[in-house]
Order: sequence, then C-alpha cells, then structure tokens
Amino acid sequence: MSFDGGAARLGLLALLGFMIAPSAQADTIFVSNEKSNTVSVVDGGKMQVLATIKVGRRPRGITFNRDMTQIFVCVGDDNRIDVIDVATQKVVDRLPSGPDPELFVLDPKGRLLYVANEDDNMVSVVDTETKKIVGEIQVGVEPEGMGISPDGKFLVNTSETTNMAHFIDTESHQIVDNVLVDARPRVARFTGDGKFVWVSSEVGGTVSIIDTASRKVVHKITFAVQGVPREAIQPVGIQITSDEQRAFVALGPANRVAEIDAKTFEVKRYHLVGQRVWNLALSPDEKRLYTTNGVSNDMSVMDLERGRVVKSVSVGGAPWGVIVKP
Amino acid sequence: MRIASLLIVAGVLLLGGPARAADPGAGPMVIRIGYLTRAEEPRIPQTFLEPVSEDEGVQGARLAIADNNTTGRFLNQRFELVEAVVPEDGRVEDAVRDLAGQGVRLLVADLREDALLAAAAAPEARDMLVFNTRAPDDDLRNERCRTNLLHVTPSRRMLADALSQYLVSRKWMNWLLVVGRTPEDAAYADAIRAAAKRYRAKIVEEKRWAFEDANRRVDTGHVTVQSEILTFTQAPEHDVLVVADEADGFGEYLLYQTWLPRPVVGTHGLVPTAWSRVNEQWGATQLHSRFERQAGRWMRPRDYTAWMAVRAVGEAATRTKSADPAALAAFVRGPDFTLPAFKGQGLSFRDWDGQLRQPVLLAGPRVLVSVSPQAGFLHQYSELDTLGDDRPESRCKRSQ
Repeated sequence: MSFDGGAARLGLLALLGFMIAPSAQADTIFVSNEKSNTVSVVDGGKMQVLATIKVGRRPRGITFNRDMTQIFVCVGDDNRIDVIDVATQKVVDRLPSGPDPELFVLDPKGRLLYVANEDDNMVSVVDTETKKIVGEIQVGVEPEGMGISPDGKFLVNTSETTNMAHFIDTESHQIVDNVLVDARPRVARFTGDGKFVWVSSEVGGTVSIIDTASRKVVHKITFAVQGVPREAIQPVGIQITSDEQRAFVALGPANRVAEIDAKTFEVKRYHLVGQRVWNLALSPDEKRLYTTNGVSNDMSVMDLERGRVVKSVSVGGAPWGVIVKP
Repeated sequence: MRIASLLIVAGVLLLGGPARAADPGAGPMVIRIGYLTRAEEPRIPQTFLEPVSEDEGVQGARLAIADNNTTGRFLNQRFELVEAVVPEDGRVEDAVRDLAGQGVRLLVADLREDALLAAAAAPEARDMLVFNTRAPDDDLRNERCRTNLLHVTPSRRMLADALSQYLVSRKWMNWLLVVGRTPEDAAYADAIRAAAKRYRAKIVEEKRWAFEDANRRVDTGHVTVQSEILTFTQAPEHDVLVVADEADGFGEYLLYQTWLPRPVVGTHGLVPTAWSRVNEQWGATQLHSRFERQAGRWMRPRDYTAWMAVRAVGEAATRTKSADPAALAAFVRGPDFTLPAFKGQGLSFRDWDGQLRQPVLLAGPRVLVSVSPQAGFLHQYSELDTLGDDRPESRCKRSQ
C-alpha cells in the first residue's frame, strides 16, 4: 500500500467519522449472557464483540450508574449484584441484593437500587454508596419487572404469579395501589413524561397501558403475527422513544419486535429478529434498537431510520439484558 | 364413620403496606376450597434417592392457598383449604356431604378413578366443581366424563402422545413394549398402543413383566436383576424400550440391563409427566424453592396438579373479584380463563371434555430432555390440542 493511498483512506475515514459522529456507530453495547455468566461488550461501529467480562452466575438485569462509569448486573444464582467498572471492563465490586435478584431499577438521583427478589415476594432497596440493604418491601408472588417514575416518586413492581403492577411510594416504601394486568407481567416502563406505565404480560400476550394518575388500565395492546401460534406471542422487553411517538415490544418466542405508535397504541409492524427475543435497548440517539435473542445467542441491530434489521451480532450464551452507552 | 377434617385458616399475612382493598370497611371475602383424598399405603419408590412421602398432593394445594392469599391480600380476598381424608375403607360420598356442609363448592379431588366418580356423583356434588388432580384414566375424559368434573392432571393419552411425538421426531419408530401386571399398567400400555397408531410407530413386541415384585432392599439385589432382565428383554430389533409400570415396581431396573443397548422410556427413563424437579424453565425455580421450603421435599406431579387446581380458583377470584363459587366455576370453564403454570404459556380447559390443555415435560432422571408438543406437530386451534383427545375424537357426551 502506498503512502498516498493510506493517507487518502485515512482522510476518507475521518470524513466518514465526521459525517456520522456522534451517532449510534459510536455506541458501546453491554449484553448480559444468562447462560455463559458473562457480559459481552459490543462496539456499535464495527458491530463486533470487543470484550467479554466474566461475572457471577446467571446475569440478567443490567443497568448503568448515573454517570455511566459503572454497570450493575443482577447475578441471580449468586444472590448478589456485581459492579463492573466501565473503563477497565472488570468486576470491581459487589452489592447485596436479597435472594435471587432478576431485575432492578436505579432511582433517578442515582443512589438507590430497587431490586426484585423473585424468590422472596420482596423488593429490596439497596444503597449503592453504603452497599447495604436499607429497605424491604413486601409485594406479590414472584416480583419481576421494575419501573420508576421520572421524578423518582413512584416505583412500579410487577409480580409474575400475582399478576399485578404494584405502585410503591419511594418515600414511605408503602404500596399505594395494585393494578391487575394479564398473566405473568414482566417489564414495567414509564413514559418519559411519567403519565403512563407500560406493562408487558408474557403469558397473557398483551401490553397494558396504565394511567399513573388514575392507576387504571386505559389501553391493552394485543398482537397477532400471521403464521405464529397465539401462545408464542410473549411480550417482555419494552422501549419507548423520548419523543413518545414510537414504542417497541419484544415478543419472545414469536421472534419478532412489534413497532407501536405510542400515541394511538396501534401496532404498525412486526420486525423479524433472532430467536426468543427478551429485552431491548435504544441507542442514545434513538437511531438504533438492539435486541437480545436468548435462543439464537445473538443481538439483532435494527436501524430505525431505515426501519429494518441490519445486523446480527453473536454474543454469549442466552443473552438476556442489554444497555447502551454513547 | 369418622372423617378427618381440618380447617386451615390462612393467617393474615403481615403487610408491607396498606393495600387498597375492594371495600376497606368490610372483612375479606372468603373463598373456601375443599381437598379430598383417601388414606392409602404410601408409594415406595424403587430408588432410595427419593423419599417415601405421605403428603403427596396436599402440599401442592397448601402452597397454592398461600400463593392465592399473597395476591388476595391486595384484593381483600382470603382463601381457605378444608382438607378431608377418607379412611381406606370409608365412603367418599360421606366426605363430600361433610365438605358440602362446611360450605365447600369447589373441590380438589386427589382420588383414583372409581373413588373420583363416586365423589362426583354424590348428591351434594351436583352443584360443586370437582378438579381431578390425580386420575389419568382416558375413559374419564370420554365415556365416563361428567359435567361437574375438570381434569387438571394430564390423561394417559396426553402423556403417550407427548412421548411419541418426541420419539417420532427422532425417527425412533420401533418400540419394544414392556407392561406391568396392574390394570393401570394395562391402561398405560393401551395409551402407548394408540399413540403408536396415531404416529405410525411400530410395536415390535410386547412383553408382560412376569417376575414377582420384590422388596427393594435385599442384599443380593443387582445380581438377580442383571440375569433376569438380560434374557427378558430379548426381542426383535427396536429403537427404544417403552415401559408401563405406574406403580414403580420394576421399571427402574430396566435401565442399562437390556439385551440390546437401547434407551428406556415411558414410566421410567425418559418420562412424559405433568411435573418434575428437573424443570427449571419459565420461572419454575421459584415454585420449586417455595415448595421445598414448605414441604421439605421435591414437588411431585400430584402436588403440582393440586397446586394448579387451587391456583385456577385463585385466578378466577382475582379476575372476577368474586367469592361466589358459581361465578368462579363459570369463569374457570369460560373462554377468558388462562392459568400460568410455569410451562411457558397460559393453560385452559377444553370445553369438550374438561381436560386442562398443557405442555407435557419429557423428564430425564437428572435433567429436562424436552417438552411436547414437539415443533412441527401443528393444530388449527392450539398446538396443545395435538396431545390427548381432540374435539372431533372425543367420546364425551356431557351436557354443557
């Protein structure tokens, strides 16, 4: 290769970089792999695995701390939370979690983690600074999904066998309301304005939209995919764009992600992704959607401007949770 | 006649917070569920690894009551289990009358076929809904079906279909069938034969287990077994040995002892079953750990079916917000009923014979091997209806 050619190529690369930066291409994606006990680090530009971080057993729930310098991972079979340092990509600490943590949510102030203890009908409140459990909230059978209102005042926990969304006052740690949803609720997600909570019901096959003021289900989204048995439509992961126009719901063994008009709740399209899609993450610029596909052991990358899946990236065994850092 | 009867009043659980009740002024709605079983000699497993348990079934019902109450406290509902044990020589009809007198209209029946039919035919059972959590007999879903009976436990035909789908998907089409001496073993073999016909497999030979049942603990144990089974299992070329031994008298001995090196399936080896400890999928982990904390042993299929029956009532009470047994029974049979039961999908009752449609586990001795229906066995309504008696085949003529 001649010197000139190399320089031209560098120039072109720089130009390309200028044109698209900052964009989804600069994303770093972190995927928890339930089966291989690792977290895969994926480069959003190259769409390749950069590193694999060894964590405790059965990593599922995964979230950043407030300034994105650390990652918390629920390692359910070890009954704790592992703390990954983002810069060194190593587990540097651990937090108590109560038994069998699966999913959690960080309060908007960044100090407290609310952890669903699936085995104990309880939500544990973990102080990430003192590394102590500072509260326990009794909820329904098999607590799972955790959502927190943008102002941090209300926590919504779903219980898989009780089939409710429990509204919890984060000040008093008291349950203030219980909203019945369809069978086996999994994920609870607040809209950015805090007016609604979306709750997916895996066995019921629906997503309930709960009005946070009246605490009533105001709409129920149902799904139908031609050629896919009704029982295979099992909604889990939910993502809503910050302009609240579009929402995406992972449909599990239907191997599809539903794209929904977040205003009318109409399902616009179904995108074919990998097998058994669990969870979703939007890139910070919301131009991409990443999905974890638990059976095909990969992550699908959806280009939201072109409206299609552009890449599948092999990650670890049984990928489950996914988060993205710009 | 004395009927041991025990009222378990669920203690009011300590609340983390004041749940908003349906009517804060009134006491909780009470939903009373009966549990009826008959005293019998405990089953002695051939393996020493499994404990002999005297409380199979009822432990599942008790756990489901606790689960129902955890949900119920948010809805101002309280669930109670009224347990009744009929003596070995006692009449189940008397127990049904006694339970009816205690306000029971929803009854979980952990009974074998004849006792179950006697209970369901008792005059006081006419306005009850009875959940069969034990009897797998196919005629209960056909000629002997009843309007007031729902079958939570899978039928033998469902089990045989579940196993057969797996064998056929592997192209293991030639089967040697070994049948024990009890009527239940004969019925299991009937179901296997019907499934072989349905899936075009071939039973190359049938053998009847002819040896005396022996005590499981003898000092010369394996020596006799080793020589007996080697000659007993000589048969034309086959892919698998299917064993029908529901009472667990000898099936365990067949593994690794056969004339040809072939896997054992059926009641032993690879077992089609409603439940097994090896299932850890779909959140089953939590059910196991709750159960084991309560019962001090693994959850057995009878515990699981009893759990499902009581949870079905709980689910109906949650959805209807009612404690009226007639309303609950109607909901359970209705089109909106769906029971999540750690099988990866919602379960419901078939309207033609009252059978709960459900995936069937294919359990190996140590891990879960597969779950049926197998991929590719299609159905126009629900793939679960590829297991057992489908609507057009049903011989159940019950007035709905």
